[in-house]
Amino acid sequence: MSDILAVTDHRRGDLREVSFETITAGRELADTTGGDLHLAVINGDVESFAESVNRDGVDVIHTVEHGDDFNHNVYTQALEQLSTDIDPKYVVAPHSVNGLDYAPAVAQRLDYPLITDAIGFDAADSLTVTRELYNGKTEAGVSVAEDNAFLTIRPGEWEPAEGDGSATIDAFDAAIDEADVGSTVTGFEEVGSGDVDISEADVLVSVGRGIEDEDNLDLIFDLADALDATVSSSRPIVDNGWLPQDRQVGQSGKSVTPEVYLAIGISGAVQHVAGMKSAETIIAVNNDPSAPIYDLADYGIVDDLFDVVPALTEEFQ
Amino acid sequence: MKILVTVSEVAEADDEFEIDGLSIDDRYLTYDLNEWDDYAIEEAVQISESRDDVEVVTVTIGPERAEETIRQGLAKGADRAVRVWDDSIEGSDLLDSNTKGELLAAVAEEEEPDLILAGVQSGDMAFASTGVALASTLGYEWGAVVNNLELDGDMANVHRELEGGVEELTEVELPAVLTIQTGINEPRYASLRGIRQAQSKPLDVKAPEDLGVELGESVLSLTSLEEPETESNVELFEGGAEDSAGQLANLLREKGVDA
Ligand SMILES: Cc1cc2nc3c(=O)[nH]c(=O)nc-3n(C[C@H](O)[C@H](O)[C@H](O)COP(=O)(O)OP(=O)(O)OC[C@H]3O[C@@H](n4cnc5c(N)ncnc54)[C@H](O)[C@@H]3O)c2cc1C
Repeated sequence: MSDILAVTDHRRGDLREVSFETITAGRELADTTGGDLHLAVINGDVESFAESVNRDGVDVIHTVEHGDDFNHNVYTQALEQLSTDIDPKYVVAPHSVNGLDYAPAVAQRLDYPLITDAIGFDAADSLTVTRELYNGKTEAGVSVAEDNAFLTIRPGEWEPAEGDGSATIDAFDAAIDEADVGSTVTGFEEVGSGDVDISEADVLVSVGRGIEDEDNLDLIFDLADALDATVSSSRPIVDNGWLPQDRQVGQSGKSVTPEVYLAIGISGAVQHVAGMKSAETIIAVNNDPSAPIYDLADYGIVDDLFDVVPALTEEFQ
Repeated sequence: MKILVTVSEVAEADDEFEIDGLSIDDRYLTYDLNEWDDYAIEEAVQISESRDDVEVVTVTIGPERAEETIRQGLAKGADRAVRVWDDSIEGSDLLDSNTKGELLAAVAEEEEPDLILAGVQSGDMAFASTGVALASTLGYEWGAVVNNLELDGDMANVHRELEGGVEELTEVELPAVLTIQTGINEPRYASLRGIRQAQSKPLDVKAPEDLGVELGESVLSLTSLEEPETESNVELFEGGAEDSAGQLANLLREKGVDA
């Protein structure tokens, strides 16, 4: 019992990049346990998905066909049965929104301890997983006292697997109990876009919860006007209804790649960073020197935004 | 109808803090209601206000200190609260989601709610797994990361917020556990009247053994806790707001940013 089971992620007909990262993490685990790397490809066009994920280091690909799209009941049942069959030491899945929708249920059914949002691990002896705690301000080692574990991995932390593989492809005959499929996906909706496209902007002045109050947004718009820049934001500003949804940068908002990204009163949570880490120059204004935004900022001012922003606006008037 | 809301108290670290062994020294922590749970409470209270005969009960795994946070939920409109705790929970570094699911499921079995709302994740530990683990333990249906909810007979019509501005429209059979995403509603501030009333609302404390749950050894433990070694090569502008703003302005001009 030293095999690894890794789960792939797809949406509306496309494999998601994190699938290839999960293969890499799965291969690393298999290298330390000396077992095989199994992949699960569930729903959608499983044959073509299986072909795409047949990368170097994959031993067996199990396909389960039971509908076009993701359904957590089907994933949960299929993964439980597949795990009973191959008895993996570790199961690894993406820490994606769909991952959050089946991983805890599968871990519960298998009675595997679940460690989510891993950014690293050491499986040499027993398993110790590295993950963040306290809002990204600390990094913890979490050790698992059992032989088995279910891990979800943070997208973007492992390199995507490359190179053609020569895995065996097995159509796994999962017995899906329809009486236990209590959720039905009926469609998808895309968040509408307004007249401003933040993903096209060269310079973004991005505002976060540090601005405290809707009225204070004037400071941000004044600066953006002075710089001829576009205003974007982190999630809380949109959640509060202070700016429309199409201004939100991050995992559930837009990905942006401006030449300059000025993050004002934004802590740099992983879901925010997912949408702006590829900006050419990142500048942070945040009075908390331990804010994670400083890990990726190129320039910064550790000071009160209510002093810095007006002074900066003044410079350009 | 009965709605159970899982509520956790989260710890936030100060701007400057010190790590003492495997935890942040308590002096540098502020405890508060978990942001995601605030939205879950609001959603439950809104449902109770729009229909007759809805009872909203909150459940928290937490020490006595958490009662202040629990009272916030009561002040915002929950009817009563249950808190689960004992020394064996106190002694574990990190409760894993299977254990949390088991404890919360034991409370849910007593309460028999039609709907359970949880936050997507807690702000401090961020495992994002309690709600779905609870559903699986209880044999309830579920949906994770819900940013829109309509109840329709014995169904919940939800939007699940996926990555990149896409929402999945899903029908979920009740009873179910839904994990609530921020932005689904506008959480209210507790009124003075609500705060007063909250003091006299029932808050039951139960130990795992009262719920028939026997906790084994903790399966997860912390081996280290540190401030991440930053790969940062951030260049900081210093010398007060005016000065540093001036230096930043020069940099921006160099980069060709100018009106
Ligand atoms: C499934 C999921 C999806 C998500 N998707 C997104 C997403 O797409 N985009 C997104 O942004 N978030 C997203 N989030 C939320 C994310 O986890 C964070 O909660 C959010 O990014 C925090 O926003 P913030 O940095 O503005 O607020 P906070 O984390 O509260 O940070 C505010 C910062 O302002 C600083 N500050 C306060 N006052 C001042 C002052 N006077 N001067 C200077 N600095 C000050 C503070 O030091 C702090 O660092 C998602 C979360 C989940 C679970």
